[in-house]
Amino acid sequence: MATTAEGFDTHTEDHAHDHADHKPGFFKRWFMSTNHKDIGTLYLIFAIIAGIVGGAMSGVMRLELAEPGIQYLAGAVEFFGGNPSENANLHMWNVFITAHGLIMVFFMVMPAMIGGFGNWFVPLMIGAPDMAFPRMNNVSFWLTVAGFISLCFSLFVPGTGPDALGAGVGWTVYAPLSTTGNPGPAVDFAIFSLHLAGAGSILGATNFITTIFNMRAPGMTLHKMPLFVWSVLVTAFLLLLALPVLAAAITMLLTDRNFQTTFFDPAGGGDPVLYQHLFWFFGHPEVYIMILPGFGMISQIVATFSRKPVFGYLGMAYAMVAIGVVGFIVWAHHMYTVGLDVNTKMYFTAATMVIAVPTGVKIFSWIATMWGGSMEFKSPMVWAMGFIFLFTVGGVTGVVLANGGIDDNLHDTYYVVAHFHYVLSMGAVFSLFAGFYYWFPKMSGRMHSEFLSHLHFWGFFIGVNVIFFPQHFLGMNGMPRRIPDYPEAFAYWNEISSYGYMIMALSMIVFFVNLAYAFTIGKKAAANPWGEGATTLEWTLSSPPPFHQFETLPVIEDHHDYHDHRPASA
Amino acid sequence: MNTAQPSIDDRNMRTGGMALLGALAMLGLGYAAVPLYDLFCRVTGFGGTTQVATEAEAVSAARAGIAKEISIRFDASTARDVPWSFAPAQATDTVRIGQRDLASYIARNDSNYPVTGTATFNVEPAQAGKYFHKIQCFCFTQQTLQPGQEVNMPVLYYVDPAILEDEFMADVEQITLSYTFHRAKEAVDTDS
Repeated sequence: MATTAEGFDTHTEDHAHDHADHKPGFFKRWFMSTNHKDIGTLYLIFAIIAGIVGGAMSGVMRLELAEPGIQYLAGAVEFFGGNPSENANLHMWNVFITAHGLIMVFFMVMPAMIGGFGNWFVPLMIGAPDMAFPRMNNVSFWLTVAGFISLCFSLFVPGTGPDALGAGVGWTVYAPLSTTGNPGPAVDFAIFSLHLAGAGSILGATNFITTIFNMRAPGMTLHKMPLFVWSVLVTAFLLLLALPVLAAAITMLLTDRNFQTTFFDPAGGGDPVLYQHLFWFFGHPEVYIMILPGFGMISQIVATFSRKPVFGYLGMAYAMVAIGVVGFIVWAHHMYTVGLDVNTKMYFTAATMVIAVPTGVKIFSWIATMWGGSMEFKSPMVWAMGFIFLFTVGGVTGVVLANGGIDDNLHDTYYVVAHFHYVLSMGAVFSLFAGFYYWFPKMSGRMHSEFLSHLHFWGFFIGVNVIFFPQHFLGMNGMPRRIPDYPEAFAYWNEISSYGYMIMALSMIVFFVNLAYAFTIGKKAAANPWGEGATTLEWTLSSPPPFHQFETLPVIEDHHDYHDHRPASA
Repeated sequence: MNTAQPSIDDRNMRTGGMALLGALAMLGLGYAAVPLYDLFCRVTGFGGTTQVATEAEAVSAARAGIAKEISIRFDASTARDVPWSFAPAQATDTVRIGQRDLASYIARNDSNYPVTGTATFNVEPAQAGKYFHKIQCFCFTQQTLQPGQEVNMPVLYYVDPAILEDEFMADVEQITLSYTFHRAKEAVDTDS
């Protein structure tokens, strides 16, 4: 069996040596790239940079929240070139929560999951030479970068006044706070940023759908595709159907702000609640956009390190489809307090809880995959197991919040903050790190340090739990979110939460040390460093793969199932 | 490969084109949501949107001759930029279901310039919207008040007898009718 994998590898290499590995010059390669692996790498580097910026902002917020009173916001106002005053300082807080949210959602998680790992591994896993539209792939990436620059620019231009800079509107950009509440140009830049990033993502989604539908290797039927590819396919459909609605909503905001329309202004017959409906019609699918590719990665990793096919493949694939479909009809559970009548609340409560069923299918199937497997606790696997545990915790608080009655009490408290950070900054981010450690040897050709990866894991795991678990207590005791100051009674758990941030930040230093280690003294990675559990097509190629792969398409034979795509044994 | 099959580039263009069309359709749907949402609210009473009734409908509702009564509470507020005193003439009214009732609000322009206002309205609880019928209301048109002018603003309404058949209204003993005056967008008034 091993020899055939070798044979397959050299087969590609034979072709490769003359032209497959010929790379263009630096500028052409990295700035005008049409190569899915290079674009994936660019996306990952971009996501890491954006993650540092967004993470630093949360650091300033945890610093400010470490004790009651307002200590550091004036310094932040000065840093961005504003003029400190009580109003400007409080506005600065709104700017931080806005920028942190938008950066983490649109410029860290999405580019890393879809742009980074999606670009890198969807073509490899389905046996395609590249994406369907390589040039458009490049456009998607640079649109995302332009969006990020526009968002950063918004931090330095007036928001509520000439001294209070930045868009202080929350990532939801609710009217009227975003229309009459923030008259300065900062919100226009933030909206423009979402337009650019959204356009990039829509083009990317089109590219993935086309690639997955048309470019699969011979014999790779939909029901033989790796689950990661399934997850990206479902995500691409969510992007395609949800993002245009956001684009419509924020364009209406833009005209309300600048061209005297009244889509969301009751004085002219509009309704601000309509904006919330439109936003969350996008926003709820968006949270699945951020987590579904993670589900896919976790499925690959758990199967690899349990040395077993994933349990219930079809159930896993269609659970993601079900989550995607039902995700479109639950949006108003974000809006329980806008004045929905009892019937509407009942519907949205029930529909939201239905999503726990396919999600439960996935959690139990991962556990069943591990059950009786010959498990190896390599770095990707510990992150994957951390994901399963923490995502379940976030899912449980999600079921609590799904209840319209309970949400009346918990809406806009730190309980909600704790909930969505458990599913995102632990769910999505743990799956990102799991995927990163899983595929880093494949992408770079170098091995990272298992010790440092484990150290990173434990530091991050303890850190984020210390940050966010106490926030459940704060929320249940009524601490509102999006407020920089709080009464003495909330001081204890806030201080502990801020200590957690420091632990998490230290573990991120370990991550970067690990990267430096891998690129300097890290061992060269074999084509398949993870052993016989790694059975998808990317492991049949060298590490890193040749610049152009699969010039002769691999063939998925009849005896291959969804699990094992390696070439037939002789 | 079968030569009759379209090339991979053609198939990609077709799939990609269909995907982009789908995205375009959703963009259109986003805009279509504006009139559709308005229509949806008016038809279903969603969000406590009240209904508009004709004289004939009001007469037939009254003919049902229901003895049961319900309490109506009146609420009034103004947006920040409307310099008016605006309050109901009566805090509550008890009316027979199906019978029309005339309630009044009193508005006075406290500024020294004319102001045109337009009122938004709804009822609480939200599910009562489809049973609250207005025959005439000051909120149907814009209202202009001269400096210092005080006017009586009437609303003629009745509660639909169908409310008695709705199990979700069974525990409702009082309906709150609420108005908020905003500065009309195309107002002709001149600030100070």
